[in-house]
Amino acid sequence: MTDVAAQSTNAASATPDTMAWDSRARRAMMIYLPLACFVLILLFPFYWMAITSFKPNAELLNYKQHNPFWISSPTLAHIKHLLFDTAYPTWLKTTMFVAIGSTFLSLFASTLAAYAIERLRFRGSPYVGLGIYLAYLVPPSILFIPLATVIVQFGLFDSPMALILVYPTFLVPFCTWLLIGYFKSIPYELEECALVDGATRLQILRRITLPLAVPGLISAGIFSFTLSWNEFIYALAFIQSGANKTVPVAILTELVTGDVYQWGALMAGSLLGSLPVALFYSLFVDYYVSSLTGAVKE
Amino acid sequence: MSVTTLPSRGIALRQPGWIARLFDYKPFLIVMCLAPAIGLLTVFLTYPLGLGVWLAFTDTTIGQRGIFIGLENFQYLWTDPLWWGAVFYSVFYTAIATFGKFALGFWLALLLNNHFPLKSLLRAIVLLPWIVPTVLSALAFWWIYDPQFSIISYLLVDVLHIRSTNIDFLGTPWPARFSLIAANIWRGIPFVAISLLAGLQTISPSLYEAAMLDGATAWQRFRYITLPMMMPILAIVMTFSIIFTFTDFQLVYAITRGGPVNSTHLLATLAFQRGIAGGELGEGAAIAVSMIPFLVFATLFSYFGLARRKWQQGEAND
Repeated sequence: MTDVAAQSTNAASATPDTMAWDSRARRAMMIYLPLACFVLILLFPFYWMAITSFKPNAELLNYKQHNPFWISSPTLAHIKHLLFDTAYPTWLKTTMFVAIGSTFLSLFASTLAAYAIERLRFRGSPYVGLGIYLAYLVPPSILFIPLATVIVQFGLFDSPMALILVYPTFLVPFCTWLLIGYFKSIPYELEECALVDGATRLQILRRITLPLAVPGLISAGIFSFTLSWNEFIYALAFIQSGANKTVPVAILTELVTGDVYQWGALMAGSLLGSLPVALFYSLFVDYYVSSLTGAVKE
Repeated sequence: MSVTTLPSRGIALRQPGWIARLFDYKPFLIVMCLAPAIGLLTVFLTYPLGLGVWLAFTDTTIGQRGIFIGLENFQYLWTDPLWWGAVFYSVFYTAIATFGKFALGFWLALLLNNHFPLKSLLRAIVLLPWIVPTVLSALAFWWIYDPQFSIISYLLVDVLHIRSTNIDFLGTPWPARFSLIAANIWRGIPFVAISLLAGLQTISPSLYEAAMLDGATAWQRFRYITLPMMMPILAIVMTFSIIFTFTDFQLVYAITRGGPVNSTHLLATLAFQRGIAGGELGEGAAIAVSMIPFLVFATLFSYFGLARRKWQQGEAND
């Protein structure tokens, strides 16, 4: 701390309270320390999840002889059990199928809707936009009971198709909202030029507007994928047979058995179930954060 | 343009066919573009919402069509201590969790708004609790709250020697209630922080410079620049947060399923227990519908409460 004096003379000019503190120490106390605490707390459950997945059972429940924060002899037994003794691979496949299906359906519906609302501009288009946006505020907790009867009427009970058709109810409002913002940022003149050149509206959409909206489509796609991967209440209410369950529901209803919880396998299942979303997200994290912040700015 | 009668495929492909020209008719195009979205939302959202309200006035059970019974379900709920318990805990859960999320999330947003190395990496890391499926992180919390092997108890008892016995996080009502709220806050902080960070970045630095020149302290800059400028975005984010916290289901279902002794039932978990697990669709629907007044009230409160303050501060943008 020999540079304290030099630092404080540099920074002293502003206000009296900076005189009292060396600005670097102050910065460490006010910014880095709380940030470190936040990161520690926000990431700890994942660390705990990961470390539990690789701990042998003997270590897992013996804090006296083993430091619980570390693994002395890591094992893949829990993951092996999960992959070979349970239907976990099937659940992963079902979840992937549902997430991809509902993502494509929602992207298709919301791209067209956003294009119509933002680009084709008709009387009442702001109200249609508002209506779709308000649909996002209707929470699934209110809808799942009547939706269950609708699903039964359609003969879709216990079928992953039900989830693919139902998830767009919360994906379409979100994606439409996001894509309207994106379409807004594309210069109108580009479309007008194409119109003058004799292109049809559909050609304009396919050849000009959509290619320019690709970043928006990607972020809407990531949002949809992660949201459908996470969805729980519909999957819990509409799916009964083990093979058709999605990962979050299956872990909770199929892996949690009896009074003795297999924490190793449970945490391994949670870890593996989180990985696809986390990987997918990390690939596109810049899109993700910028579109989230962009959507909020709107 | 007189080649439309030619049978040659090569030419016909290049000319807009009648379908393409139909799509050039704007009203038709608009209808076709809106049809998938509106169709999906009508069949799977608007219709079920109406059906849910109707079911709430019937005695429908699984496998049996119900008849209209008027307000009977609601009269029953009014006398049902479990429903009152769920109302109490839903309001309590929402109030405390929202307060925690916004206090901590705002703080984190202010911290992330500073310049430091690896800023974007840190923002990405901070979002993780929000990305990972709630049920899966809830399971991690379940394990963290284990009565015997909780790592928190271990820290408090064996490392720090603050307590002499393990905490029974989920076995007794009040600790269970607060344990769930803590998990909810943990999950909600990233979304609040990143949304508010976006708002913070729209505030022009020149405002702070002017205030600094006038000798405003850090607290005054926060109180008279940051806070009023953030009101519109706070109103929106808080409205969202309240709606989704009040109707939360996953965390409670995954960690306590409403126990111990039904002390942590939210209205959504109670509706699931009665409606789907118990088969009483009508009663479950009534519980779900009983959330609506609270939601409307909370939405109006947060939205107009905060928006009015914005107006009082003389903010006139958007």
